Amino acid sequence: MRTLPVGADALLVEVASGEEAQALHAALLRRRAEGSLTAREIVPAARTVLLDGLPDPARLAAELASRPVPHVPPRAAETVEIPVRYDGPDLADVAAHWGVGAAEVARIHADAEFRVAFCGFAPGFGYLTGLPAGREVPRRSTPRTSVPAGSVALAGPYTGVYPRSSPGGWQLIGTTDVVLWDHTREPAALLSPGTRVRFVPVASTGPAT
Amino acid sequence: MTDRALSVVRAGALTTVQDRGRPGHAHLGVPRSGALDGPAAALANRLVGNGPDAAVLETTLDGCSLRPRSPVTVAVTGAPCRVRVDGRPAAWGGPVRVRAGAVLDVGPAVLGVRAYVAVSGGVAVEPVLGSRSTDLLSGLGPTPLTDGAVLPLGAPAGVQARVDVAPQAGPPSELVLRVFLGPRVDWFTAGAVRRFLSGVFRVSPASNRIGVRTTGPELERARGEELPSEGMVLGAVQVPPAGTPVIFLADHPTTGGYPVIGVVHADDLPAAAQARPGTAVRFVAARGRGGF
Repeated sequence: MRTLPVGADALLVEVASGEEAQALHAALLRRRAEGSLTAREIVPAARTVLLDGLPDPARLAAELASRPVPHVPPRAAETVEIPVRYDGPDLADVAAHWGVGAAEVARIHADAEFRVAFCGFAPGFGYLTGLPAGREVPRRSTPRTSVPAGSVALAGPYTGVYPRSSPGGWQLIGTTDVVLWDHTREPAALLSPGTRVRFVPVASTGPAT
Repeated sequence: MTDRALSVVRAGALTTVQDRGRPGHAHLGVPRSGALDGPAAALANRLVGNGPDAAVLETTLDGCSLRPRSPVTVAVTGAPCRVRVDGRPAAWGGPVRVRAGAVLDVGPAVLGVRAYVAVSGGVAVEPVLGSRSTDLLSGLGPTPLTDGAVLPLGAPAGVQARVDVAPQAGPPSELVLRVFLGPRVDWFTAGAVRRFLSGVFRVSPASNRIGVRTTGPELERARGEELPSEGMVLGAVQVPPAGTPVIFLADHPTTGGYPVIGVVHADDLPAAAQARPGTAVRFVAARGRGGF
């Protein structure tokens, strides 16, 4: 674990893996809830956790160096189920990349147990880990100017669901009607870091567009 | 009329509703947003007797025109500009009474970029995650003003300030930004770090509420690989592959994959947000806290 100063009141804690980042994030959230840590933002990412709005970042850095945050098993969070029609326009490309048939892509994806590693890109967009090793896919060589809301997509080791229509370079394998982000709802985000997710296949109602 | 609302007569190039933003949601991918020149927005609120969380309007270069439907006190701060009420000159930087139906015209910025218009009672659009700010990166909050739009106003809370004109520092002709090096300064060559701290950059016209883009000496990397996405802070100086720094402002993305060479001192960001395209920018190493 390495702590890097970020400006006057933030720290970036770097760890060796995504799993460690998720565990560290869970532990830091717990410390904040207990009142032993003051931070305005605790932002997990691929290999880091950013702590922003710290009253004394140097002291926290020294403390983390001398007393590393213990790995705690993440609390047993509820699993969010996301019904998916595996009808995405890149299903065949992903199938070819994995060397399997299109139906097999759906099976592999729906069998996996996902966790939201971190969020970013857009409000409510989660980077989900959990696909078996070796199932990484590259981004599309040419990003789409518009990806429809509800698109279930893959890039690198991650799965994501587009909360709203936006440009995007991920491989689209399916569609969901679930609302990922609704600011009038509490909580607004369906997925937040640490949330467990399963994708549940449902019958396609029509051809992919 | 007792209708507490503002009609937008001329929206201007880009006028948005801003308050102190919505910090605390970065882990969900929600930018902090909020007024780019916080001290100017806070002064405008004080001048009209509003609390610090009241929403104001942030204009971009060419001001805006507004017609209140009830008598209000307004104050225009930030970028210096001509202020008129029904064509008659009024104070910039001081409380101005505007009667119902009169037109307040905030003219083009003479210096700087963003003027702030506070109205007694504050702009009372529906908050999103506790803030009324328009976030241009993620689309949260009200849409930018359009001609003919009507904005609700809150009930006036306090009394207007007893000053004619409050002093404000003008936008500088050259930006000198104090910067704490890191977290990814080791991703750049020693020569790049030297150039970063000694070179002259210029504000690019492609700058916006997300960041101040610059042109200038290229900062070459010492490492070629991709940086896994990591959390970003306000004032982060990110260096994309093109090699010239981008200084993150309030609507910045919450995570990013380009290395951050340094972080600009928070007190220097309002001036950065007021710097016009072409303004010279120099980065100097910050002293004191940070980079410990």
